[in-house]
Amino acid sequence: MSYHSMQEILTACEEQNKNFYEVIIEDDRKERGVSKEESYEKMRNLWEAMLSASMNYDSSLKSASGLVGGDGGKMKEYQEKGEGYGDTFLLEVVVRALQMGESNACMKRIVAAPTAGSCGVLPAVLVPLYQEKKVTEEKIIEALYVAAGIGQVIATRAFIAGAAGGCQAEIGSASSMAAGALVYLKGGSPNQIAQGAAIALKGLLGLACDPVAGLVEVPCVKRNVLGAVNALTSADMALAGIESAIPVDQVIDAMREIGEKMDVSLKETGEGGLAATERGEEMKRMLSKEKCN
Amino acid sequence: MNIFDILGPVMVGPSSSHTAGAVRIGLVCKTLLGEIPVKANIFLHGSFAATGVGHGTDKALVAGLMGMKPDDMRIPDAFLLAKESGMEVHFQSIHLKDAHPNTALLELTGTHDNQLYIQAASLGGGRIMVHKIDNITVNFTGEYPTLIVHNIDQPGHVAEVTSMLSHKSVNIANMQLYRDKKGGYAVMVLETDQPVPEESVQWLAHLEGVLKVTYFNPENV
Repeated sequence: MSYHSMQEILTACEEQNKNFYEVIIEDDRKERGVSKEESYEKMRNLWEAMLSASMNYDSSLKSASGLVGGDGGKMKEYQEKGEGYGDTFLLEVVVRALQMGESNACMKRIVAAPTAGSCGVLPAVLVPLYQEKKVTEEKIIEALYVAAGIGQVIATRAFIAGAAGGCQAEIGSASSMAAGALVYLKGGSPNQIAQGAAIALKGLLGLACDPVAGLVEVPCVKRNVLGAVNALTSADMALAGIESAIPVDQVIDAMREIGEKMDVSLKETGEGGLAATERGEEMKRMLSKEKCN
Repeated sequence: MNIFDILGPVMVGPSSSHTAGAVRIGLVCKTLLGEIPVKANIFLHGSFAATGVGHGTDKALVAGLMGMKPDDMRIPDAFLLAKESGMEVHFQSIHLKDAHPNTALLELTGTHDNQLYIQAASLGGGRIMVHKIDNITVNFTGEYPTLIVHNIDQPGHVAEVTSMLSHKSVNIANMQLYRDKKGGYAVMVLETDQPVPEESVQWLAHLEGVLKVTYFNPENV
């Protein structure tokens, strides 16, 4: 992509009097040498794959390790009782995030967004909106361009892999992308999109990637919920007119600095944090025994 | 990198490096062998060995060898499908010196003693790098159309290949030359911007001094 900062995207929006998504789709058209229609069709296919992955959850499945599976079903039952703190929509977001995270762990087909470990965040906020007919497919596809534009700036300035920058680079990036998409869907300005992306990422700075036994299961599945809910509240703050005191590009740069300083045991090696707890180590030993049998 | 490297790929979980990348390694191997192997000895190194089973890396590699793509819903059943099709598969852990943590080494046998030995790594995000073919060090990603020519190390072979590509209006993106010793076994790896016509690949294979030609087009991988 030709944009190395969110500021450059905002400037392009202003100078060309275009929407955030129009600037990104135009950039993709140039970058890959395709027509606008071809680019749009490719994004539509991704949305269809996301939607179908979200609909194909099976609560009876367990991951190969047996560590995750079934929580998406439990959460759905709880939501349907209507006694939760969150309203039906908020709890549907939680349900969708858990379900997609579990589907991924159970070797079902998903869409990496930006990674497989964080694949639940974007669909968790988009699918419920689409289901409740609050937004059209067309708007969702446009919002996905907004999310991809934010993600690409993050990948250019910092990283989107847990092994490179910790979980902040995966769930943090996904949450930032989702917040921008949500601001767009409510008619927020390009600047508000940038504010939402900044607020969401700031909240997750420093998050370590410490998966038990190195598997994309514990705590990855539940962290998708964190990313999705954080995106909702960040988008609402931005839409309320609240601004991030630190500009979004500098927040992304801070994420990079934190990721670089983060100890390697906290970057997807399964050697620190939750992975190194007594229970985490015990689960790892159990799994390696099973492997030998 | 483009926006569809950020959103996407559509893949079977749980990990872009340990699952989707592993399928692509298998698929590149199958394409380079030219057929679905009859027998595969697969060695897993580093993180592939440590967490590969939990990530389905083993199934993913076999799925790729059978020609499945990273979004194929049959990947979890790859072992069963391989057994049914008569493919013999063995897995082992291995420690390789100076190798990327997500490395697999594959010894493949096809029909008529067609053999291939490949070492490849999964770099993250589903991207891969092939590091060795038949004991010769190479480096290519499988993201471009890739032409691999094995020949006797003697003058003229590079000219034959490049003039053929020029004649077919195929632009070279990257080119690497390797050999085991002077006058010995040489390998050239060419990554191109356009696909190489199949008949030109066949033509190269029949030239004197050329031992083997393999080609793959990422549109099929």
